[in-house]
Amino acid sequence: MSDLQGSWLERELESHGVSRREFLQFCAAMTSVLALPDSLAAAVAQAVERTPKPILVWLEFQDCAGNTESFLRASRPTAAEIVLDTLSVDYHETIMAAAGHQAEAALTKTVAEKSGGYIAVVEGSIPTAAGGAYCTIGGRAAIDIAREVCGKAAATIAIGTCAAFGGLPAASPNPTGALGVADAVPGLKNLINLPACPANVENLTALVVYYLAFKRLPPLDAYHRPLFAYGKAIHDNCERRAHFDAGQYVEQWGDEGHRTGYCLYKMGCKGPVTYQNCPNVRWNGGTNWPIGCGHPCIGCAEPDFWDKMTPFYRHLPGIPGFGIGTTVDQVGVGAVIAVGAAFAGHGVISMIRRRSDIERMQRGPQPAGPAAGTPPDETGGAKGGRS
Amino acid sequence: MSHVVVDPVTRIEGHLRIEAEVDGGVVRDAWSSSTMFRGIELILQGRDPRDAWAFTQRICGVCTTVHAITSIRAVENAIGATPPPNARLLRNLIIASQCVQDHVVHFYHLHALDWVDIVSALSADPAKTSSLAESISDWPKSSTKYFAGVRDRVKGFVDRGQLGPFANAYWGHPAYKLPPEANLMAVAHYLEALEWQRDFIRMHAVLGGKNPHLQSFLVGGMATPIDPDQQASINVGTIAGLRELVASAKEFVTKVYIPDLLAVASFYKDWAGHGAGVGNYMVYGEYPEDDGRQPALYLPSGIIRAKNLATVERLDPAKITEYVTHSWYDYGGGDEKGLHPASGETKPNYTGPKPPYERLDTAKKYSWLKAPRYDGQPMEVGPLSRMLVAYASGHPRVKELVGAVLAKLNVGPAALFSTLGRVAARGIETQVLAEKMGDWLDALTTNMANHDLRIHDTSKWDPSSWPADCTGAGFHEAPRGALGHWVHIKDGAIANYQCIVPSTWNAGPRDGPGKRGPYEEALIGTPVADPEKPIEILRTIHSFDPCMACGVHVVDAGKRELARVRVL
Repeated sequence: MSDLQGSWLERELESHGVSRREFLQFCAAMTSVLALPDSLAAAVAQAVERTPKPILVWLEFQDCAGNTESFLRASRPTAAEIVLDTLSVDYHETIMAAAGHQAEAALTKTVAEKSGGYIAVVEGSIPTAAGGAYCTIGGRAAIDIAREVCGKAAATIAIGTCAAFGGLPAASPNPTGALGVADAVPGLKNLINLPACPANVENLTALVVYYLAFKRLPPLDAYHRPLFAYGKAIHDNCERRAHFDAGQYVEQWGDEGHRTGYCLYKMGCKGPVTYQNCPNVRWNGGTNWPIGCGHPCIGCAEPDFWDKMTPFYRHLPGIPGFGIGTTVDQVGVGAVIAVGAAFAGHGVISMIRRRSDIERMQRGPQPAGPAAGTPPDETGGAKGGRS
Repeated sequence: MSHVVVDPVTRIEGHLRIEAEVDGGVVRDAWSSSTMFRGIELILQGRDPRDAWAFTQRICGVCTTVHAITSIRAVENAIGATPPPNARLLRNLIIASQCVQDHVVHFYHLHALDWVDIVSALSADPAKTSSLAESISDWPKSSTKYFAGVRDRVKGFVDRGQLGPFANAYWGHPAYKLPPEANLMAVAHYLEALEWQRDFIRMHAVLGGKNPHLQSFLVGGMATPIDPDQQASINVGTIAGLRELVASAKEFVTKVYIPDLLAVASFYKDWAGHGAGVGNYMVYGEYPEDDGRQPALYLPSGIIRAKNLATVERLDPAKITEYVTHSWYDYGGGDEKGLHPASGETKPNYTGPKPPYERLDTAKKYSWLKAPRYDGQPMEVGPLSRMLVAYASGHPRVKELVGAVLAKLNVGPAALFSTLGRVAARGIETQVLAEKMGDWLDALTTNMANHDLRIHDTSKWDPSSWPADCTGAGFHEAPRGALGHWVHIKDGAIANYQCIVPSTWNAGPRDGPGKRGPYEEALIGTPVADPEKPIEILRTIHSFDPCMACGVHVVDAGKRELARVRVL
């Protein structure tokens, strides 16, 4: 089988005018996004070549299609390459040609015939109030579809903050009883959260390549987020960090500091308490990112950010008397400690998790197990955003 | 008589269900139902109005700018903030580029497969395809070798037997009329457009940090600094990059989208006779050209009734009402009467069948959408409405392009009131906006040269500068049509928030007197060759470009004050 797969990939590469050298460069680039040692590039290349075209079904529930749109912005590989060459996207309402019962039949067939052998992607939260009537597809409640489709998947990717943690529909007062996948369908094996509003497609692509390469899921933090994308606070990698350390802050929109690129901390930036790789990967093929264009981070990859990070323009942490006149040391240490407490010690948890995960990574790729992937997080991550 | 259910309607944003009665090969009656609800307006209650744009922006990730823009306009209107000219120019660029990108994606990725048969493309002759492509455009990617490559790529894909998103479709349906070569050309451009839209929308990353969900909006202005001498600002280099993207849009639209549209339309001229719908068109207008309280608009506002292009009425938002007679909500004073948004109330009450269900009880309530009406009449909103109002108002460029398209297809203006008319109007609007964006870049450059670097009205940033109790309205022409937000701010927090959204106008159910909504009306008389494969229904519904997540928005009036919003 692997030879057969190797030959289709070669054909594909040739038909795209991609040389073997370029393909290996792509694999090297992917290993770098994933922060793997360079020595693993060859292993990634080999694994991608020999992997059967995996099946993916993409479900949309209480969503805005923002993650779907993000997917269409993919550049390495492109959305067309993913859909035509890399994966078999058997169900995705926004792009699929079939409609109505023919569309439903495509999903039913995949779930029945490939049970345990496909990847489910979920976009949007899942409403549980009103007997499921707040979101139905083909007359079926979203929660029933999620239970069946995710329950029989080899792995489930909850893409975007709504699917990961409930997101906007679950913001107070949560009128529809909306939940993220982890809470709506408890006990799923191999659940990965890719939060952010929307998720950055570079992280989805890297995750897919990781899975193809290693036949297992990447190490995750306490919120089931891959460490390669969510292991560090935005603040730690921010291009404006030097201005923070030097006490140079934007005070008003459009002032000289704003035009010069000073730190947005006082304008409400949530970078110190948000874990994502935006500063490194950036957006839209590396073009820019929110802080790069002059607006504070709103913390969109964190659980309950619509409630915990608002008001967006109030600076961290929300305690009176903090701000102008505070020394840099107080800002740095005080803010992070206070906010760390407010966020249930997430930073500490992810630090601890990270250490053991790094050790695991250093031991190299593990042989594929029967239920590909690492077991759900033992520190309460199985409950997703509610820890 | 057969009862046709299309659920899910795919290649749209969100969750839409269509039920239709088909008799003698023709749709006799139809019902449009939205099957998802989130309650975002309720979530907004009590929050900082300066945050509202980020919340409402997430109503939709496809038209990812529209609710953000409308929200900041509504809040600015309420608190009396005056964004400086640079903010207007940046917003116009963001709004127009959204519309251009969205329309291209709609044509190729959401709508094209209703007209283009991918399987037929496999039997195309690449040399003939090349001749066809070169006869309609000087777009450089048109060689025989290029089309052979595309055909082989698709063939390789089909041969592997994993059809993915192209499985189970209506390929080979007799309603597909394009010759194999036209199909192959369209498939090639489907793939090219996928790459083009991704590259073009980097414009939003430059102006908004990222796309989807740009993050540079501010009540009172924009967060994107402008300074010719700073790396961290929009500077001369940034402008040069934007110019290149605008040029790429003009080129792609002129050389690929419009020629494809005309080529496809020429095989489907019968669709100029289907899908007319309600024949009333409503436009708020868009693209302010100055900074006054009633600015001149590049695309004009107005109402056209009963397909009468001789008269464009002035739009009066006070004439808007919403019905819940067939929607899953209750009105305290009875569900038969429409209410003005100022005294609107919304209490969700699902009375439909318990899921899983086979059929909705369409005699009763059957949708999460309300039914908005203008002066008691259903109104179509969107690109067709905008182009009709601009055409009837004498907009020179729109008149010229509409005339050119009608001449090319050899049809009269009556052909515009149709499924095909919507498709054509969307293309014309894309062309008009792709041409216009350069003017706003020029104006931005001039301001920069004059050292006008203002991007924000900081005098109204602090809530202590606001009236204790104020209301405001914001209007916008989203890609899919007229969008309005209404906000009531009390003691610096949102007391009430209301949206009336394009897809609510178009996809809403019947009203109190039983008048159908625009989708429903447009389906009447649509031919359906095979009720098992209702591709014709998809053609008309997709011509509206449904965006269902936008359409459903509601608050619980039982607990919250709703009755005090004043429509400005």
